[in-house]
Amino acid sequence: MAAGAGSLDRQLAGLFCRAAGAAGFECAEARPSEIAALVTELGTRGIRIYAIELEGASLGPELPPLLVGAKEATTDGLLPGRKGGQEVSGREGQAEGRAPDHRMEARTDAASVVRGKAGASKTDESEPQVSHYDSGTLMIKAPIRSGQAIMHPHGDVIVLGSVASGSEIVAAGSIHVYGTLRGRASAGALGNTSARIFCRRNEAELLSVDGWYITAEEMEGVSRGKPVQAFLDGEGLRVETLS
Amino acid sequence: MGKVVVVTSGKGGVGKTTSTAALGAAVAKTGKKVALVDFDVGLRNLDLIMGAERRVVFDLVNVIQGTAKLSQALIRDKRVDTLFLLPASQTRDKDALTEEGVGEVIDKLRSVFDYVFCDSPAGIERGAQLAMRFADEAVIVTNPEVSSVRDSDRIIGLLDARTMRAEQGEQIAKHVLVTRYDAGRAARGEMLSIDDVLEILSVPLLGIIPESQDVLRASNLGSPVTLSEPLNSAAKAYIEAARRLEGEELPVIVPFERKGFLDRLLGRRAA
Repeated sequence: MAAGAGSLDRQLAGLFCRAAGAAGFECAEARPSEIAALVTELGTRGIRIYAIELEGASLGPELPPLLVGAKEATTDGLLPGRKGGQEVSGREGQAEGRAPDHRMEARTDAASVVRGKAGASKTDESEPQVSHYDSGTLMIKAPIRSGQAIMHPHGDVIVLGSVASGSEIVAAGSIHVYGTLRGRASAGALGNTSARIFCRRNEAELLSVDGWYITAEEMEGVSRGKPVQAFLDGEGLRVETLS
Repeated sequence: MGKVVVVTSGKGGVGKTTSTAALGAAVAKTGKKVALVDFDVGLRNLDLIMGAERRVVFDLVNVIQGTAKLSQALIRDKRVDTLFLLPASQTRDKDALTEEGVGEVIDKLRSVFDYVFCDSPAGIERGAQLAMRFADEAVIVTNPEVSSVRDSDRIIGLLDARTMRAEQGEQIAKHVLVTRYDAGRAARGEMLSIDDVLEILSVPLLGIIPESQDVLRASNLGSPVTLSEPLNSAAKAYIEAARRLEGEELPVIVPFERKGFLDRLLGRRAA
């Protein structure tokens, strides 16, 4: 979707029509202030933006991180009529690259409501750490503190310390925590159904794989305080203790 | 060049100001030149605890705005002559602080003093972030309770992200000071144990200050506990913490509950 400056309202309207259809959006020549307004507006409607694709631009710390290394995907099938005339900036590929990102939001709908409320305000202050493009695996040697958010759209995340409650890890691949996992962990966030979450001690607020999630209350007793792995098994998320 | 130490916590009421005064006084007694800077602009409590509230003429905001010289605003302590206080303004609010202004003041203090202790306001707002901005080391004050520990964890995250040192890719040295520790209640499981606190925060321990009426009394008298009653257990713990802050290696002993004869006879029935 493309639109010039000053037509944010129209963009928003269109955006909501297409959100269910897992669209990527493109604001031609959008300035950071406009992007901020759009993100805020989306925030009030309960939609959280995980990343923004914008070439060669820098955004303020209050905005979601820039998405780097997105791959061109074939969303033609998902977006009928998309090529038909709206293209303005010639950055089609990048817009399409965003598609999986939004699909994740659509799928993790229930989960992202939980996260959207708790997480959105926190990420304002702590800049989410985004890994470098060339590394498939993100290794974090320090503990993850309350309020920190780790986004890794390229692969696995390995945390050598603990993950504090009130923090969040979102990874395209699997998540390995060699300390106590007390925060939220979302593996396979871009649709990887074979991603898993492993931790030495499970005190998590939320575990989610590919949008399927389980909250702390549901884990009560069964797997709390134990070394566990969480993975998708048929139609649902399974949390199993590791021997 | 002196060392700038920020005394901070996420939660209020854990004893930041008391600890700043006690640690600063303990370090100053060893002959080091120490400045205590109150960053709690708008509330201003450090001067009370130091017993200097009637000597405040100029304050941090005056210095930052250039209406007073640093030497005019610094108040020399009457008991220890290497101890100085830079009070906060009561009438202004945190917006009166600018990053450049704070940076300049801290730089000047750093060049004159061996230690600069910054008493941070509670929370994670601008005031707290400015207090920690130029620090080399941080003392995170926490009580052995979950809300305090979680807020401290949040603050440690900010210390690793928002300080000048962190932005230059360096690490800021961090220490946890556990205050208001009640051995009896910890033994009964009514408080987090020290091990739990350290496990959650994974930051080295600077000291454990036992809960004590003497601390409150000293604060109300306007004297840091390390000066007024240096022999009681809390003061001793602060003095040891100050020595660790100066780089000495001292083992931390977790206070235990002293049981009287009757307690032993009756067991723990009272609990």
